[in-house]
Amino acid sequence: MATGYFGNIKDAVTSIFEGLAVTASHLIRKPYTVQYPDRVPVRIQDTLPFRYRGILEVDLDICTGCLACERACPIDCIVIVVEKDKQTRQMLISQFDIDIAKCMYCGLCSEPCPTGSIHHTTEFEGADFSLESMIRRFVPEPIYAYKPSKGPETDPRIIPILNRGMRYVNEFAQPGGDKPAAEEA
Amino acid sequence: MQTLVDNLIASGMFGAHPPRDVIYGLFIFIFSLVVFLGVAFPFAGIVSWVERRVWARMQSRCGPNRVGPNGFLQWLADGLKHVCKEDLIPAESDETLFKMAPYLVILAFTLPWAVMPFSSSLILADLNVGILYMTSVTALTVVGVLMAGWASNDKWSLIGGIRSAAQIVSYEIPAGLSIFPVVLMTGTLSMQGIINAQGWAPWTWFAFSNPFTFIAANVLYISALAEGNRTPFDLPEAESELVAGFATEYSGMRYLFFFAAEWGNLFIIGAIITTLFLGGWKFPHVSNNPVVMNVLELITFNVKVLFLVFVSMWVRGTLPRVRIDQLMSLCWKYLVPISFVDMIGTALWLAIWPQGNSIAPWIMMALFAAIIVIFLGRVLHYFRRSRMELYLSPTI
Repeated sequence: MATGYFGNIKDAVTSIFEGLAVTASHLIRKPYTVQYPDRVPVRIQDTLPFRYRGILEVDLDICTGCLACERACPIDCIVIVVEKDKQTRQMLISQFDIDIAKCMYCGLCSEPCPTGSIHHTTEFEGADFSLESMIRRFVPEPIYAYKPSKGPETDPRIIPILNRGMRYVNEFAQPGGDKPAAEEA
Repeated sequence: MQTLVDNLIASGMFGAHPPRDVIYGLFIFIFSLVVFLGVAFPFAGIVSWVERRVWARMQSRCGPNRVGPNGFLQWLADGLKHVCKEDLIPAESDETLFKMAPYLVILAFTLPWAVMPFSSSLILADLNVGILYMTSVTALTVVGVLMAGWASNDKWSLIGGIRSAAQIVSYEIPAGLSIFPVVLMTGTLSMQGIINAQGWAPWTWFAFSNPFTFIAANVLYISALAEGNRTPFDLPEAESELVAGFATEYSGMRYLFFFAAEWGNLFIIGAIITTLFLGGWKFPHVSNNPVVMNVLELITFNVKVLFLVFVSMWVRGTLPRVRIDQLMSLCWKYLVPISFVDMIGTALWLAIWPQGNSIAPWIMMALFAAIIVIFLGRVLHYFRRSRMELYLSPTI
């Protein structure tokens, strides 16, 4: 019994000793905390991967006005109005709205996009004071839709945008295997 | 302090025939106001912030660092928030007792400051029963806590209050017995008398004068933590089991009083240990100017006390809460017998070496240094094993 009694005291003293050493060693470690949003070394958005599903964005320079995204959206948060211009025989996009408040970030719209025009960004801070401000209007005034050229793209202004879009499409659709664009063709 | 007031009266500052009682009363009022509003309550507030920062770093977090420089004003923000809150009183409670309980707790926290020996002259009243007074008025907390628990008319509060009563009454015994060795060695209960029996050097402190007093210092510290309802002995307010224990029904200012008293009690715990075992305000005689000496002594005293306050935060960050049966068995089966052994051991030691052993303090110091070295080794071991970045700065 006596050994048990003194054994208990010894256990208590040594385990508290070790415990205090552990916490003291934490005192000189660097904290893990990321002090979002203002005290971060780099913006969190910049540290996110390319395929991160943030708020949707449309590159109107390479939008073909094919309406594939509008049809793919399961909750109809995308509204596109496209008309055919009689004189120039080109597609004229007069409205392209995405309701971010409805969007559920499923990514189904950016998979069928042939050029990678509609894509998720790494931006995720979308809080605002009204529901109206949640609707992103990408077409302030009607513009002509992008018409893919037969060969490789020649317009030097479009090339980097298109390259980025195709890379997005390829990488975004990669894990699924089938490319939706190939299916439609 | 009385001599100071006497000198002022003798200097004719209050006329030829001054009303002594009125002047004494006035000065007592002014001094207590300065001590409570200038020292005790800000200390309790600042400790609440320091404690949260220290815990946070021990858990690899940052802690409150937004209000003011490094979050220093967090305690003011919290205090203001509590003052602005509604003072809820449950309909079924015993209203008078419910309202009175926080004031009793705060009273038990403010009374010990009367005998707090900040320096050789900065002491409100050097009672000849100073340390006895200190231990007895701090035990008054139990009345307030029990009253709060009973008056709330709520099961959690009642369990918390009863636990607190059991805990504080039990731990009074080892705490009282651990004071005995020092009283035996000095033959006085006065705070200044005990400090004057020690010197500025660590080998003249009572903590290192013989093995029994060293153990007594540790037993007293553990018991004082238990009396102050500190983790690992915070059973009266165990959040995970009792919501907030005796403070469950309290809100606003009354709630703040309980916690100001709890944090402020840390200073009192540290002051008791410092006075009894760590040489109090003693500082080598470097100047003949009494003001300079008093300032140096004040700093010495506060550094020692604040170190002990830090240790209590450290313990709180390390140990989990004990069970109520473990709490009781720790007190009655371990601390009480150990403190009896300490008392008898010190008595025997004094019987053999009435003037104190001159070699023992050095052996004690060497052992203590060895413990510190082993401890630092363990800290380094754990730090290296974690493979984390070294970050010594207290700010983040």
